[in-house]
Amino acid sequence: MMDRLKYYWQLLRKPSVHYSLGFLTLGGFLAGIIFWGGFNTALEVTNTEEFCTGCHEMYSNPYQELKGTIHYSNRSGVRAECSDCHVPHDWTHKIGRKMEASKEVWGWLFGSIDTPEKFEAKRRELAEREWHRLKANDSLECRNCHEFDSMDFTQQDPRAAEAHSTALTDEGDKTCIDCHKGIAHELPDMAGVER
Amino acid sequence: MKKLIAILLTASLAMVALAESPSMSPSSPDGLRKGGTLGDVADAPPIAGDPRDVQREVRNYPEQPPVIPHTIRDYQVDKRFNRCLDCHSRESAPDAGAPMVSVTHFMDRNFQVRAEVTPGRYFCTQCHVPQTDAEALVESDFKPIDQVIREGDRGEGQ
Repeated sequence: MMDRLKYYWQLLRKPSVHYSLGFLTLGGFLAGIIFWGGFNTALEVTNTEEFCTGCHEMYSNPYQELKGTIHYSNRSGVRAECSDCHVPHDWTHKIGRKMEASKEVWGWLFGSIDTPEKFEAKRRELAEREWHRLKANDSLECRNCHEFDSMDFTQQDPRAAEAHSTALTDEGDKTCIDCHKGIAHELPDMAGVER
Repeated sequence: MKKLIAILLTASLAMVALAESPSMSPSSPDGLRKGGTLGDVADAPPIAGDPRDVQREVRNYPEQPPVIPHTIRDYQVDKRFNRCLDCHSRESAPDAGAPMVSVTHFMDRNFQVRAEVTPGRYFCTQCHVPQTDAEALVESDFKPIDQVIREGDRGEGQ
């Protein structure tokens, strides 16, 4: 065992005897494309709705609740998928979120929400985690589509315009999720939640 | 035996034919269901549009539950949360600029006023509905109370 490890270590350390530098560079480049592309493709697969709702936990609870809402069905047919709101779009944060998601794999393996009763019992906890995440990143996922700079306050009703033009600006300390909770899934018991 | 089978076969065939002919279906009752008989599958009427710019409406009689002058799509009203009370509750109404739920909604069955909306009045849409541009399904000779009084003063009506 030790000998074999030593052999491979030596192999890695020594310059190549048989292969040209050109072959190694080009080969490395091609392998890089294949591995990187494959990695990203696999990553994108885990971002699809089919993947998310592939488990019955996600299919029968959050997905069913999403279906009736305006983020799923509306006149213009633009809709949000799971990952649009629950996974950051830029790379660094996306990878961070994907690593966090290993906790979800754990939950799936051990069936932490695999019955309606268990899901109901954890609803508040799960919701709070998402509220905190969105509060911390200034509702980044909302803003991927709902651009503050493109909001026409004159088209909004007066109270919405008032709230959006004050609390949501750089001086204001509010972000989308502070008011817009439960827009795509049902809310948990809201006792004691500041809204 | 062969004869019996033949008779049974023709009888059952005839019954199938009769059951499928529309003349055998009961006629259309003059009620909610317009057009065609009960045997026909009629097209569903178009879903009435959501109200966009509605104002608060005058009640047709004093104890009428006021109608909702805004959309209530996706409003959650259940054991966990009541989205209506998000704005119409006693605490939130002034900030939200919404009318507070009437004090009768705080009374329990013994007319004792409680601190919160009582369970009997909790499910708003049992009485309060948004207005749409829907046509009335059946003809109605309903008159608002003001009209009844006016006509009574003039000695019209019955």
